[in-house]
Amino acid sequence: MKGFDLTAILGNPEYMAMLVHGIEMTFVIAICSWLLAMSLAVLLLAIRFSPGRIGNPVVAAYVSYHRNVPTLVQLMLWYFGIYTILPMGVSDWLSAHSAEMIFAVLGLGLCQAAYFSEDLRSGLRSVNPGQLEAARALGHGYISAMRFVLVPQGVRNALPALVNHSVSLFKNSSLAIVIGAPELSHAIKEIENLSFRTFEIYLVGTVLYLVFSLMIMGAGAWLTWRADPVNGAGR
Amino acid sequence: MIHDMIDIVREYWLLLLIGQYPNGPLGGLANTLILSALSIAIAFPFAILLAFARLSKYRALRWPVTVLVYVTRGVPLLMLVLWSYFLVPLLTGADVPSFFTMLATLVVYQGAFLSEIIRAGIVALGQGQMDAARALGHGWFGAMRYVILPQALYNMIPSMLSTFVATIKDTTLGYVINVPDLTFAASQVNNQLLTQPFQVFLILALTYYVICWSLTALTNVVERRITRRRAGLLAPKRPLPVSLTRNATEQP
Repeated sequence: MKGFDLTAILGNPEYMAMLVHGIEMTFVIAICSWLLAMSLAVLLLAIRFSPGRIGNPVVAAYVSYHRNVPTLVQLMLWYFGIYTILPMGVSDWLSAHSAEMIFAVLGLGLCQAAYFSEDLRSGLRSVNPGQLEAARALGHGYISAMRFVLVPQGVRNALPALVNHSVSLFKNSSLAIVIGAPELSHAIKEIENLSFRTFEIYLVGTVLYLVFSLMIMGAGAWLTWRADPVNGAGR
Repeated sequence: MIHDMIDIVREYWLLLLIGQYPNGPLGGLANTLILSALSIAIAFPFAILLAFARLSKYRALRWPVTVLVYVTRGVPLLMLVLWSYFLVPLLTGADVPSFFTMLATLVVYQGAFLSEIIRAGIVALGQGQMDAARALGHGWFGAMRYVILPQALYNMIPSMLSTFVATIKDTTLGYVINVPDLTFAASQVNNQLLTQPFQVFLILALTYYVICWSLTALTNVVERRITRRRAGLLAPKRPLPVSLTRNATEQP
């Protein structure tokens, strides 16, 4: 064991460049999959609330699959499984455009969409049904009642759960290491292999993850407080 | 394609179920379940102590545990797995099998999550229970042991079950340090076959789905029953609103 020496990592421009690149890629994965997940979640919710007969069970099955299969296995199925059965043209295009990143975003985003849509749904369901009737009685149409009365309250109810799941999405971006995406934990492993300073680099990595997660939690707490200064502050 | 999958299952079901057991370490699905059950069993008493410490009036007890809870909430499980892969052999000075490394990680990780659940359960009971028990002459530990914990733990059975489901899903991360679990067995099968990765990983995903789905369904049944019991036996047996029965599985 060499003595504890953080500067061996932090003072080395090569390692620092790898770390910064890792952080960038982690944020690319996290932000892209968050956007994918949120838009898909709204779509899933719209299908759930629309009158069709077929849509509802399909969405329920989607949510159930993505919540009951480990995220890591979903990523493996995407990258080691689905990637290989795609038509040649598509897989060639993907391998030319960093397939690991694309599948990481796809896998994490589709998985998180299930959680987000359930959060939003239970948020909306916890709004008193009388609110919709009152809005209709005041002359709002269904869409406008949703837009101005139900959705704002529902999203406000769902906020704490959405924030928690956004944090876990950020943390889950580290799972992309198994499919070889060049994100932060991948960079940490690489620097460990190059420098043999396991303790120092793990410490740096842990602190980085912790700081970013706490920032997301803090932003979430602020948003929750903004949306509801009286009841939302304690979260 | 379905034929391929049936063939794979027929050929390799034993490997997927118990790994290379008689000739090697126990693995496969059996190991996944043992690992999750064992880590919950060990994490549980540990979590009760952590919850006590977080509710304590002494800062020296409260703060370190609060830090631990925030660290485990803010750092990916993968990072903790890497830490214990590095630290456990260093601290014990022995060549520890990866199974125990993963067990140690899961105990710390789920212990912190469970302690939050237990703390919430104790807080949800309200101060009145404690005050009444103390007024009847119980000491703090007596009140906890005979009044608070029996009620709080009973109410928390559904959350514990969903923590168990989450733990089963978390064991997959052992793949990174080669814990011989179900995921590991599936990738072994894949390495032997080489030609049908999609089928193999689909089987893997479906196996996890069946296990976790049935446990989640059980959780929902138990939760409904407990909510009815708490509401009193005279409460009308109407179906509960969905918002109460949603399962609170964590990730991943």
